Amino acid sequence: MGQFRFVEEVALADCAVDVEGRDLGDLFETAAAALVRLMVDPATVPQTLERAVRLEAEALDLLLYDWISELIFLKDRDGEVFPRCQVRVGGDGPFQLTAELRGGAIDPERTALGADPKAVTFHQFRLEPVEGAGWRARLVIDI
Amino acid sequence: MKTTKLREHVTSVGDCVWEISPDAKAGMRVPARIYASRALLDQMDEGVFEQVSNVACLPGIVGAALCMPDGHWGYGFPIGGVAAFRADSGVISPGGIGFDINCGMRLIRTGLTEDAVRPRLSELVGALFAAVPSGVGARGFVHLSERDFERVMLEGAAWCVSHEYGWPEDLDRAEGRGGLAGADPAHVSARAMARGMDQLGTLGSGNHYLEIQVVPPGGIHDARAARAFGVEAPGQVMVMLHCGSRGFGHQIATDYLRLFDQVMKRDGIAVRDRELGCAPFSSAEGRAYFGAMTAAANTAFANRQLITHRVREVFARVFGRSARELGLSVVYDVCHNTAKLERHVVDGTPRDLIVHRKGATRAFGPGAVDLPDAYREVGQPVIIGGSMETGSALLVGTARAMAETWGSTAHGAGRTMSRAEARRRVGGETLIKDMAARGIVVRAASKAGIAEEAGFAYKDLRAVVDVLERLDISRRVISLTPIGNVKG
Repeated sequence: MGQFRFVEEVALADCAVDVEGRDLGDLFETAAAALVRLMVDPATVPQTLERAVRLEAEALDLLLYDWISELIFLKDRDGEVFPRCQVRVGGDGPFQLTAELRGGAIDPERTALGADPKAVTFHQFRLEPVEGAGWRARLVIDI
Repeated sequence: MKTTKLREHVTSVGDCVWEISPDAKAGMRVPARIYASRALLDQMDEGVFEQVSNVACLPGIVGAALCMPDGHWGYGFPIGGVAAFRADSGVISPGGIGFDINCGMRLIRTGLTEDAVRPRLSELVGALFAAVPSGVGARGFVHLSERDFERVMLEGAAWCVSHEYGWPEDLDRAEGRGGLAGADPAHVSARAMARGMDQLGTLGSGNHYLEIQVVPPGGIHDARAARAFGVEAPGQVMVMLHCGSRGFGHQIATDYLRLFDQVMKRDGIAVRDRELGCAPFSSAEGRAYFGAMTAAANTAFANRQLITHRVREVFARVFGRSARELGLSVVYDVCHNTAKLERHVVDGTPRDLIVHRKGATRAFGPGAVDLPDAYREVGQPVIIGGSMETGSALLVGTARAMAETWGSTAHGAGRTMSRAEARRRVGGETLIKDMAARGIVVRAASKAGIAEEAGFAYKDLRAVVDVLERLDISRRVISLTPIGNVKG
């Protein structure tokens, strides 16, 4: 998996995170891992559920926006978070995402809770290729 | 961000009033105005100046882009941002409202004194923590059909009162009687419904809280207004709520920011920050967002009303008397994340404006139409949440606010420190123990979250309120000191 780093000097009340991945799939998986880390201690989430997600967007960065928005949506609608996922990104406009998620329901008795993200914002939002190889992104999550 | 350069463009134009002139940044249509003391201005992070000047670039803005003294770097607008746009030719922007649509405050008074509550405080806080779901994944206690949820979108707190989750007089004590005109469920997505329907009556997390407070000795600053608001003497116990529209509002903001991102490309609207995505208020998309956003605002009023119901149940159970006997009456409920269609005087002419307040509170002065009879002579109660350690305040709106800030004021203390830095400085368990030693009982769903809300992560609330009084855009009525806190 790629790397993520929370950036403290941006948007004090919220949470900015820089994400890097060796390819688009890796970047999307790493961004999902950063979001999960923000919400819970992943080690305290049972990995008993599998879910599939399919998304399509007119631009790659909007696909990332939709992906993070989808994970936040699942947290609220179903009370579920997914510490593991496998993501494939394809197409050349529109772009498609297929993902297999593995995780479980949040159990207040067992799950160490963190923040409750409201949304991914467009503030300083970017997804761009890294010269040489890989991709990087910045996300500011409203918490 | 070219932030240093913009800070250098900030000039004093009056006592506690600073401006960035329109020639400081390409595209600014009006000045950016920041209300702060020199010390608070120096504490503001660089993003505030960048963001408030970005707001000054939006189409149809009237007067100036404003930032209140509790302002800090947010996304789109700064937190503490206020801007009014012409209803006929201006825009509406989700970035000027926030994802937590109608995040707001409610203050409930009690007839109890601190002496009566102290012996039962731990039990009371524990019972409130159990009765009001909070934290990630929390589910509410009211389960509605889609049809009933649509009624909540349209009626707000009135739906709760008609279903015995409140008292009729609660509605008199809320901005817009707890239900704003213009809500349109037809413009709410199925995803927003699915995300938020089961969260009514939940607190959320982050800086949202349910707090038991007491009026401290010397804490009544305006006896006449305090009496009008039902506050009689130091020692009186109050309950303060801070929460919003939960996932329902968050999803509506997400949906429309995504839509406006495309609408702006279509209509050739350029903004300085993509988070300032907007649409002309008069356009089909702008009106659709206004209808959906107002629906979310009304569910937030309902959310605070349902939590009020639970608070009343818990107090009645713990103290063995009915909520009415205990005097648990709502003082006021006020939004601090909204855009509302209001009529204000511009250059001597009344005009319809779409007033955005993001982390800013409406502060209408005496005589305002929307105030209940009991408050009309003194003005609108303004509820300012400080930190959970250092206390909060009840203020009152002024005529000056109507003239200076579109009837707006600050909403809180404002952060000065990142969440991660706060966690490094103190652990959640340590903070809870320290606060207990000082007589404040805390229950929290997230230990990390509690550390992030430590008092030292916020500005000094007194310094913020001092500026509001120097500007005369609101005045102190009472101070409030926490004795019990429930956090998500």
